[in-house]
Amino acid sequence: MPDILGQPTVRRLLAAATLALLASTCVAKEAVPEAADPALEARMTRITSELRCLVCQNQTIADSNADLAADLRRQTRELLKQGKTDREIVDYMTARYGDFVLYRPPLRATTMLLWFGPAIMLLGGAAVLVVVLRRRGKLSADAFEPDEDDRAEAALHAQAAGAAPEGSKA
Amino acid sequence: MKRLWFLIPLAAFFALATMLALGLKLDPREVPSPLIDKPAPKFSLARLDDASKTVRLDDMHGKVWMLNVWASWCVACREEHPMLVEFSKKKLVPIYGLDYKDQRADANAWLANFGNPYDASLFDDEGRVGIDFGVYGVPETFVIDQNGVIRMKHIGPLTAEVLATKIEPLLERLKKADA
Repeated sequence: MPDILGQPTVRRLLAAATLALLASTCVAKEAVPEAADPALEARMTRITSELRCLVCQNQTIADSNADLAADLRRQTRELLKQGKTDREIVDYMTARYGDFVLYRPPLRATTMLLWFGPAIMLLGGAAVLVVVLRRRGKLSADAFEPDEDDRAEAALHAQAAGAAPEGSKA
Repeated sequence: MKRLWFLIPLAAFFALATMLALGLKLDPREVPSPLIDKPAPKFSLARLDDASKTVRLDDMHGKVWMLNVWASWCVACREEHPMLVEFSKKKLVPIYGLDYKDQRADANAWLANFGNPYDASLFDDEGRVGIDFGVYGVPETFVIDQNGVIRMKHIGPLTAEVLATKIEPLLERLKKADA
């Protein structure tokens, strides 16, 4: 019997299948709703999906299955039932865990670089580009290497000009 | 001067590389607590060893104390525990435990097993006081001063180094301020 498992294609397929299986178990599930009140649940989900889970930091509190996230969802539900506004609930969270829980960090002196850094770098790059292009525009043509095309054209012209007298000779 | 302009991209590269290198050393799991230098949240919890007795924040007024968040299910707590037991023998400061989201029987057995460094442990089975303290990774340790203000928070297991270089000097200073 041939050793099917030993064949490279089969092995590759198996590896792909295993990876696919692993990946499917990693897919984040929406947390199971607990409250009977769907409106409240929707509001809770909307608020907590703006908040970062502190245990698994790349998930929102709405998504995470961590214990703490479940507790914070419970806390959010209770605060909503007490009639707290969204703003008050977010403040409640930042009072305990800091701005870190916010997926949209507020604009402060310490977050200026975070907010404007990319734009500053882009503008810096654009400024350098403009300066370089302007400076080059002022240079005379002989500061540059002639284009290949120009050279080829010049060669052709020269040939044509040279060829004509030669032809008339014959 | 103008001749050195070609160094600017190099300088920019090094600046960026330095920032990224520093970023590698930072621990993203250590979230700075907004509670430092703020009054500790009020709480009123039953004691772990005796559910009929409650401990309140106000009971601590006037003394410097330490709050250590732990749980019997927490592996890292086991790691720091011997150090905490040793530290408690120095009697520098009252140490209170916050038994976070635990089962009473498990927690008491755990203390019987590994030693009890705590003046008392508070039983926070639903983790509500933990949330008020901004707890997200057990173990965590807080130092709270005479006026009930949180002066320090350590996230993760205590180490001999943290105790000797951070907590003990802080306790000294706080007690001096008292005298």
